[in-house]
Amino acid sequence: MSTDLEQFYEIFFEESSELLAEMETCLLRLDVNSPDLEDLNAIFRAAHSIKGGAGTFGFTDMTEMTHMLETLLDKLRKGELKVRSEMIDAFLRAGDVIKEQLAGHRGEGQADPAVAAAVCGELKKLSDETQDLSVVAPTPQEEPEESSEINQVETEIAELPTEDTAKNIFSIEFLSTGVSAATLDHLFENLKHLGALENLAPTNTSDSYKLKLATSNCEEDVWETLAFVVDPVNLKIETFVAEDAEASAAVIDHSDGTTKNTESLASGNEDDFSMADLPPAPGYGFFPGAPAAPSDIDAPESSPNVGQQQNTGYGKNESSSSLNKSSSKNAAASSASETSSIRVSIEKVDQMINLVGELVITQAMLAQTVSQYDPVLFEKLHSGMSQLERNTRDLQESVMSIRMMPISFVFSRYPRVVRDLAAKLNKRVELKTVGENTELDKGLIEKIADPLTHLVRNSLDHGIEVAEKRAAAGKPAHGTITLRAFHQGGSIVIEVSDDGAGLNRGKILAKAKERGLPVHDGMTDQEVWALIFEAGFSTADQVTDVSGRGVGMDVVKRNIQSMGGRIDIESALGAGTRISIRLPLTLAILDGLSVTVGDEMFIVPLNYITESLQPAAADIKTVSGQGRVVQVRGEYLPVVALHEIFNLRPKVTNVHEGILVILEAEGHKAALFVDDLVGQHQVVIKSLESNYRRVQGVSGATIMGDGKVALILDTAALVMASQQEIV
Amino acid sequence: MVKTILAVDDSASIRQMVTFTLKGAGYEVIQAVDGQDALDKANYHQVNLVLTDINMPRMDGLKLLELLRKLANYKNIPILILTTESGDEMKAKGRAAGATGWLVKPFDPKRLLEVIGKVIG
Repeated sequence: MSTDLEQFYEIFFEESSELLAEMETCLLRLDVNSPDLEDLNAIFRAAHSIKGGAGTFGFTDMTEMTHMLETLLDKLRKGELKVRSEMIDAFLRAGDVIKEQLAGHRGEGQADPAVAAAVCGELKKLSDETQDLSVVAPTPQEEPEESSEINQVETEIAELPTEDTAKNIFSIEFLSTGVSAATLDHLFENLKHLGALENLAPTNTSDSYKLKLATSNCEEDVWETLAFVVDPVNLKIETFVAEDAEASAAVIDHSDGTTKNTESLASGNEDDFSMADLPPAPGYGFFPGAPAAPSDIDAPESSPNVGQQQNTGYGKNESSSSLNKSSSKNAAASSASETSSIRVSIEKVDQMINLVGELVITQAMLAQTVSQYDPVLFEKLHSGMSQLERNTRDLQESVMSIRMMPISFVFSRYPRVVRDLAAKLNKRVELKTVGENTELDKGLIEKIADPLTHLVRNSLDHGIEVAEKRAAAGKPAHGTITLRAFHQGGSIVIEVSDDGAGLNRGKILAKAKERGLPVHDGMTDQEVWALIFEAGFSTADQVTDVSGRGVGMDVVKRNIQSMGGRIDIESALGAGTRISIRLPLTLAILDGLSVTVGDEMFIVPLNYITESLQPAAADIKTVSGQGRVVQVRGEYLPVVALHEIFNLRPKVTNVHEGILVILEAEGHKAALFVDDLVGQHQVVIKSLESNYRRVQGVSGATIMGDGKVALILDTAALVMASQQEIV
Repeated sequence: MVKTILAVDDSASIRQMVTFTLKGAGYEVIQAVDGQDALDKANYHQVNLVLTDINMPRMDGLKLLELLRKLANYKNIPILILTTESGDEMKAKGRAAGATGWLVKPFDPKRLLEVIGKVIG
């Protein structure tokens, strides 16, 4: 049967990208002085897997590059060579090249073969150097085997015969039907790499070829080299016998001139290991006497080898079961989530979220209608409705969780950014990440990456000082940048902090004055720090290509705000800076309390509400010229009258006749004065900006059960506004 | 009766290619992502053949072989090792661990079916 391999390309591409990312992570984690063998193995495995796939699917450029990677990595993990930082650099560059090649095969751009060749050369040089410096014996047979497997790669080492591989001479006969002259030339070239090649019928005019090859490689390698080009049906390889090549040549596996492999495995059991029913098609084979081997499944007597194998197999029982235990422990750590996950396109998920959103609205509509019916007479209808509500909520929660991704997806790119940039700026920086498993909506994950990159680069460029300066200030030479993510209330907070120089208040103020910004010396630190978000603001003395052009922080702030988030700065001169970004957990649905003012209904996000109460008239105080405050449990809170903000005619104007909703945002509290509370809803957020325009104090809108539009209050903005009034 | 094959490879693309090929030829296929996974699955299913990669995280193919051969119902089941390492060393190791035979990667679907056909018909 024929299989169209192309249908597996996409899986291979995805898989390779993941492997490359994993490889990079391990590389960046690798400590040059004491490399972790597990990491080296993981890197090797990644290269190995990509190579295997690339070979199967015929992406030869990737096979070459991964082969070079693998060769060097193999030496590293076998301890034949010490890890050096230039190797890590070369590995990273190789990873980049493979990424490009991958993109090329995907039809997205073109890999530069010159760059690939350069990196290949570099890797080769590094792995060859090893051989010179190495005290340990050079690699065993594996090397030549591998190089013939990837016959595009020229490896001189491959031709060095190892002491236990006997020199073999093969006679090769094949028909070149359907093979182009160029391919044949290429084939001969490859065969010459295996050993001394002699054409036994040089004046040949027909399609049939007869060659003699003296090589240190085994028959299988020769077969593989040829089978790439020649139809195996037309190919015959035998051991060469000098006297009369054709007549007395024996089939390889029965003769004495076998490779070491076949010899050792088939010794004393040659008759059992009959290839009679197998065409000589290496690339696979069976072990004589092995369980269920096709030729002699029920042969009772087995070769000494096999007997020994079984004995040791059982003798080792105890130790291997303990090994087994330890490996299953590892299993828990690196759980293979692959088996229990599927790939789904994001469009499908979004569609589902939209549909659930509509369902939530429909459910609300129904609930509103049903509420008009007598609960006693329509008991079943009411209980059905409450069940529907519960199920809708559960469904919505699980659908929303599909979109949630751990923030490690973003964090994982920074080790490389920091490494490259630190090298460029000649600074020593360590990157720490905390709370990588904090989950965030996929939409936010994608949008947060760029602003966060900017902040990390800023920290590195402006924050962290060079080692000498740090030492002078009594700090460790290594600067530290910490990325931290955690949940707080209904938000997710992402912090970028560094232990660098901190923001210089005087410098920022001076710069602001120079630019004609309205500043004065009595401003709070918060206000001063906020100045760096002004467009075109930069205090960098030197403009570098990293940062300092003042393009950026305003963009960062705008991006964060467009996600419904806030950005805050804390800084201490000489001690460091911490920038925190606060984002809503999800973009689509929110739990809200509906309140009325006059004829209008508003939604207050539930996350911000601490309590609702009807105040006693005595608790309301008027602070002259600064509005009203209410005393709640000994605390005086500013009263924010919603009807005043939106210029509405309320049903009640006396605070003690209405309801106060106590809001808490950014550590500040305020009391929102409304006419009445209606109920708790889950509402689907519809953007007001994209459908109308941005309205101060409103973060969005939703459609209520009765089909009316209700505005969702921007609680944080309302609370902050109330603070500014009374400060 | 439909023959069942346990296909073990940490590479999803290879695994799916193998699965597709084998299913197309009328075999039932159980997939496993590494040795540990395969061992777990072998405990729950009786298969007619195991096809395993060597170089895998958690538990490699050799360890899997060794452990499978200790299970009474896997003692005589054909186990083929599927590996890019065509070296004699690897084959000897595979044999010592109890492999029935080997198949070199990269391979094409035709060759895979051919070798499997020889073992379980």
